[in-house]
Amino acid sequence: MVDRQLDQPAPPRFQRARSLGSRLHAVGPILGLVLLCVAGTLLNPDFASLDNAMNVLTRTAFIGIIAVGMCFVIISGGIDLSVGSMAALIAGMVILLMNTLAGSIDQPVLVVAIGMAASVVLGGVFGLAHGLLITRGRIEPFIVTLGTLGIFRAYLTYFSNGGAITLDDTLSDVYSPVYYTSVIGVPIPVWVFLIVAVAGALILNRTAYGRYVQAIGSNEQVARYAAVNVDRIKVMTYALLGACVGIATLLYVPRLGSSSPTTGLLWELEAIAAVIVGGTALKGGSGSIIGTVIGAVLLSVISNILNLTSVISVYLNAAVQGFVIIIVAFLQRRK
Amino acid sequence: MSIAVRFDGIVKEFGPVRVLHGVSFDLAPGRVYGLLGENGAGKSTLMKILSGYERPTGGTLHIDGEPRSFKSSRDAEAAGIVLIHQEFNLAEDLTITQNIFLGHERKRGWWLDEAAMRADTLRVLRQVGLDKDPDTPVRHLIVAEKQLVEIAKALARNARLLIMDEPTASLTPGETEALFTLMARLQADGVTIVYISHKLDEVERTTDDVIVMRDGRFVTRQPTRELTRHQMATLMVGREISDLYPDKDPAPTGAVPLLRVEGLTVPGWAADIAFDVKPGEILGFAGLVGAGRTELFEGLLGLRPHQVGRIELEGRAIRIRNPRDAVDQGITYLSEDRKGKGLHVGFGLRENLTLMALETYATPWLKPGAETRALKTAVQDFGIRTGSLDVKAASLSGGNQQKLALAKVLHPEPKVVILDEPTRGVDVGAKRDIYFLIQRLAREGRGVVVVSSELMELVGLCHRVAVMRGGRLRAMVDAQHLTEEELISHATGTNQRDQANGDKPSEEESMTAGR
Repeated sequence: MVDRQLDQPAPPRFQRARSLGSRLHAVGPILGLVLLCVAGTLLNPDFASLDNAMNVLTRTAFIGIIAVGMCFVIISGGIDLSVGSMAALIAGMVILLMNTLAGSIDQPVLVVAIGMAASVVLGGVFGLAHGLLITRGRIEPFIVTLGTLGIFRAYLTYFSNGGAITLDDTLSDVYSPVYYTSVIGVPIPVWVFLIVAVAGALILNRTAYGRYVQAIGSNEQVARYAAVNVDRIKVMTYALLGACVGIATLLYVPRLGSSSPTTGLLWELEAIAAVIVGGTALKGGSGSIIGTVIGAVLLSVISNILNLTSVISVYLNAAVQGFVIIIVAFLQRRK
Repeated sequence: MSIAVRFDGIVKEFGPVRVLHGVSFDLAPGRVYGLLGENGAGKSTLMKILSGYERPTGGTLHIDGEPRSFKSSRDAEAAGIVLIHQEFNLAEDLTITQNIFLGHERKRGWWLDEAAMRADTLRVLRQVGLDKDPDTPVRHLIVAEKQLVEIAKALARNARLLIMDEPTASLTPGETEALFTLMARLQADGVTIVYISHKLDEVERTTDDVIVMRDGRFVTRQPTRELTRHQMATLMVGREISDLYPDKDPAPTGAVPLLRVEGLTVPGWAADIAFDVKPGEILGFAGLVGAGRTELFEGLLGLRPHQVGRIELEGRAIRIRNPRDAVDQGITYLSEDRKGKGLHVGFGLRENLTLMALETYATPWLKPGAETRALKTAVQDFGIRTGSLDVKAASLSGGNQQKLALAKVLHPEPKVVILDEPTRGVDVGAKRDIYFLIQRLAREGRGVVVVSSELMELVGLCHRVAVMRGGRLRAMVDAQHLTEEELISHATGTNQRDQANGDKPSEEESMTAGR
């Protein structure tokens, strides 16, 4: 834009000022989370208990795992609105599958294992379908996933006859430890969330695939001209998100043991909000998995604090989250 | 309707970086000034201050003797000063009329006065010589027509001083001539014109005075007729420039072609093209804007729909479905569009450099250390001037961005490299560096294809030059016959031999209109 004179080396002071600015930008969400936790502790000492912390993290796990996948999609310049419906449909289909298999296989553990694998595979297949429609079909991701948002939920409603699909009691007993057990004091969903987040961060920052995702989101044309296989990378990104939805769902099923038309409602917006609050720009190009994790935790800490204290009505939970999203967007506008 | 401008000690700083160091000179009304300077000399910044896009850090701007400070480009427009950007400021979906009155709509009560705006648009379109319906959406216009709309827009706002930044960069010779005629007419009406261009022959032809800037300082102002082009270039660079081009190596003879292409057709752009490049050869591609050169190579790389008879690399038939195939075979392409297709300007230098060869750094984890070492080597080898290795590509000057883009397409160590407008928008010093680099590539035994609109460059650099016109390969000119005149005659279809072959110059008109 400006005919910039940076032919001469820019003075070091200038450099430092800039990197300080970007560091501040990166620690913004952490700072917000810390302040929120301090406030929570002051308002209700119960907030700071280990039990409560694990409770918050376990509830964050579903959205958090999906948000990690969503982070890739958003960085690549895409979006997926269907994840909530997808989770509900996967849950329903997997429960039906397990109930059916229970009739012919008399090892409940095996049935549950098949169900868990099916959950991830189904998610991957749905994501693959999104990716192919978006790249081969050349349809906007917003439109494709707006379509499947309706389709997935409608099929769940149809399969469940408008009610709930419920897991067989024997299977439920075998499956429920996956949600309720703790290992070294940490619930399994939190472990899974941690593993998914670490894997996501490594893939995004330390593999060629991750670099390509950022390159495509930053400028798709440049990436295409630089011999990046844009379509393949995009398809992989949606499939990855689908698999994340599958993982979140396999943790969710043992919690209630059923799926109904209200399962996973608005999860897509919570996942997108977590990514945005974590500092990833909706237009893509760059973003951070750690930020996304913090964003997800931050949003559930807000609702936790509202539940534990009476300063603000619990009914205003969504409003507080909404204000936080807008404030974050305001702080991050036009770096 | 004339305007007198005086810059008095203008200083401009971006953060701690001072880009204008007290610039003082004046512009007399009704003259055409050529503003010269290398990239980074500060000429664009100064013109942005004059046209209200930037505010000076120090010094005063006097308009007709009065000190003025414009708060916005609108302010400057009100005073009659309009900057026409290199990349146009037109809303593609709006009509010509809507664009011309954008932000200055005529109203009658609560409603837009469409009739008055249309009538005024017709008047200014006639003034600039553009014969188009004012209701045409701008997206349907070719580049030259959009430029005329920009000028018409300035006239509709009673511009008394026009600043044109590289106005002929994407015009054909015919369109350029028409622009020069228009400039002469505007000057006769008392409009002052500041003409920024790297094309010294145009500056020599069209301007009354030349103003030279260097390193953020005013160097000189002299009547154009008292300067030769060589003197202008020397003043810009601040030292004597000799040997812009390296001495040509003899053309490689007899070798098996490195790359041979037959029957390449890119629908709408290029038909049935065949050519070959030998190891160590620099093959030029000349032609007017819209002749189909860029599209030809985008087709070859699989970036556009195309059909191809046969592609051979070192005598062996290969298939290229996409740029990845091309890189894997050892062919890379530097796009003419640096910001849109060449570099991720928001990425760091390292990420840009290694993108095309990233797989070699992934085993499976990327090694930032190895990437940084590669960047250090590239910065040395290509003479990329940057204060720090950690900056974004956007913070490099045009010439250094271009060197980075070159380093990027050469990073996979290609056997054949296709360079589309390798010196577009870079200054004389960087141009020379790039020419010597191209020669080095050829000496290393690579095949180099140079697509360029600067005929001088092709003549100075290439062993052979292919000339395209209207999507067809019209001539292959070898080193002995390589002159600008020869290339122009083939490119415009005025060459005697071409016409004897029953090849009429009229057919390319329809092709160029697609641009």
